[in-house]
Amino acid sequence: MKKIELNGVSVSYIVGDFSNMGLKDIIIGKIKGTYVQKQFQALKDITFSIQEGELLGIIGTNGAGKSTLCKVISGIMRPTEGTMAVRGSIASLLELGTGFDSDLTVRENTFLRGAMLGYTREFMNETYDKIIDFAELREFEDRKFSHLSSGMKSRLAFSIACLVKPEILILDEVLSVGDGAFRKKSESKMLEIIKGGTTTLLVSHSLAQIRRMATKVLWLEKGKQIDFGETAEICDKYEQFLKKK
Amino acid sequence: MFQTIKQKWMNIKKYEFLFSELVKRDFKKKYKRTILGMFWSLLSPLLQLIVMAVVFTRFFGRNTEHYIIYLFSGNLIFTFYKESTNGGMHSLISNANIIKKINVPKYLFLLSKEVSSFINFGLTLVIYFIFVAIDGIPFHVRFFMLLIPAVCLMIFNVGVGFILSALFVIFKDIQYLYEIFTQLLMYLSAIFYTVNSYPEQIQKIFYLNPVYVYITYFRHVVIDGYIPGIATHALCFGYAFAALGIGMLIYKKNNYKFMYYI
Repeated sequence: MKKIELNGVSVSYIVGDFSNMGLKDIIIGKIKGTYVQKQFQALKDITFSIQEGELLGIIGTNGAGKSTLCKVISGIMRPTEGTMAVRGSIASLLELGTGFDSDLTVRENTFLRGAMLGYTREFMNETYDKIIDFAELREFEDRKFSHLSSGMKSRLAFSIACLVKPEILILDEVLSVGDGAFRKKSESKMLEIIKGGTTTLLVSHSLAQIRRMATKVLWLEKGKQIDFGETAEICDKYEQFLKKK
Repeated sequence: MFQTIKQKWMNIKKYEFLFSELVKRDFKKKYKRTILGMFWSLLSPLLQLIVMAVVFTRFFGRNTEHYIIYLFSGNLIFTFYKESTNGGMHSLISNANIIKKINVPKYLFLLSKEVSSFINFGLTLVIYFIFVAIDGIPFHVRFFMLLIPAVCLMIFNVGVGFILSALFVIFKDIQYLYEIFTQLLMYLSAIFYTVNSYPEQIQKIFYLNPVYVYITYFRHVVIDGYIPGIATHALCFGYAFAALGIGMLIYKKNNYKFMYYI
C-alpha cells in the first residue's frame, strides 16, 4: 500500500519585506508604489510515492527545500499546487528541541509535547517513565527546561516522538544530535521502529547514514526534484555532484 | 457510520488533553508558581479602582448612587476585555515555534489564553461581589443573570482575539494601534462618568460600543435592580457572535497562510 504519494506538489509563498512590515509601511509603500510582493518557490513539481515500511532518504544542499517538504507531508504547510495523499498517523521530528517552553519543567514539557503529538492522557501517564528513562533525564525531570543543554533537549524530543509506534515517521536532521552513545541508541531505536513496518522520511546530510538506512532516495536542489530512485545509484550521483561544486 | 462517530470522538478527546495542558501552561506561566502571583493580578484592578474612586468620587460620585460599585462594574468589565484581547492578540506569535513545527489546530492557543483570562475575571468577580455586599446591596437571585453578559463578553473577546491575532501576524505595529484604540475605548465606555448628562440621542450612540453594553448590563442588574430588556440582550449576543463569526472566518481562510509570516 502506498503510504505517501505526492503528485506535482509545489509550494510557493510570499517573502521579502512583508514579514517585518507594519501597517504604516505598507500603506506608505502602496502610495509610493514601492510595495512589492515577491513569490518564493520553495518546492516545484515534486512527484514520488513510497510504500509501507520503506525509508525514504531526502538529500540535497542547504536550502534545497527538504524541510519544507517535511512540513508539507506532516500537514503544517499546504501544497499550493498538486495533490498529496498521506495515509496513517504521523509523528514528525522537525528541528528538535524547539517549540518547548523554557519556563516549564521537563515533566510539564513532556506532557505538553505529548499532547501536541496527539497522544492521550492515559498513554502519557503510562509512557512517561519510559520516555524519561530513554532520554536519560531522570534527575532533571523537575528542573526547568531552560536548564537543559541543547543535546538533552533533542534527546527528550526524540524520546517523546519515538516511543510510540507511528505509521509515518518524519525525521529532519535528528540523528545528528546528542552525543555518540545516544546517537547509537537512537539509531537502533529508529531501526526497530522502521522494522516494525513504519514508513519513514529521513532528512540527513550524512550520506553514509542514508546509504546504510534508506530504501529509496529523493534528491532535491533549489526546490526542484533532481532524482528519485534506488539508494546506491542516487547517492553516487549526488556524491559526484558535490565533488564538482 | 459508527466508525466515523468513534473517530470524531477520539478527535475531541485528543484535543481535550492538549487543551487542558495548554491552559495549565498559560496559568503556570502567568503566575510563575507563586501564590503572590495570583494576588498581584487581583491587586492591580483593585488599586486602579481605589485611585479612581479617590479621584472621581468628588466629581461624579455626588449624583450617582453606589458610585464605587458603578465604577467597579465598569472597571471589571473593561479590564477583562482589555487583558483578554491583548492576550489573544499575541497567541499566534508567541506560539510561533510550535505552530511552525507541529500540526496542531491554531485556535487552541487563543482559546487556552482566553480560559485563563476568564478565570482571572472570575476571581475579580468574587471581590466585586464582596464590595457589593459591603456597599449595602443585598444579594438577589437576579444576579445569576450576570452570567449572560459574562459569557457573551468571553465569546466577544474570543472573536476579537481571533481578528487581532490574525492581524498581528501580518502587521506588527497593530499592537501599538490597538493600545491607542483601547485607551480611547475606555473613555467612551462611561467607566467613571454617567451618560445621563447627554441628550437621549447621544446616549443611544454609546450602545455602538460593545463593552459599554456589557458594562450597562452589569449596572442595571446590580445597582438599578432590574434585568435589561430584549434590545440589550440582542446587542449582547449580537456583538458576541458577530465578532466570533468574523474571527472564525478569518482563521478559516488564512489558516495555512499564518505560517509564512510568523
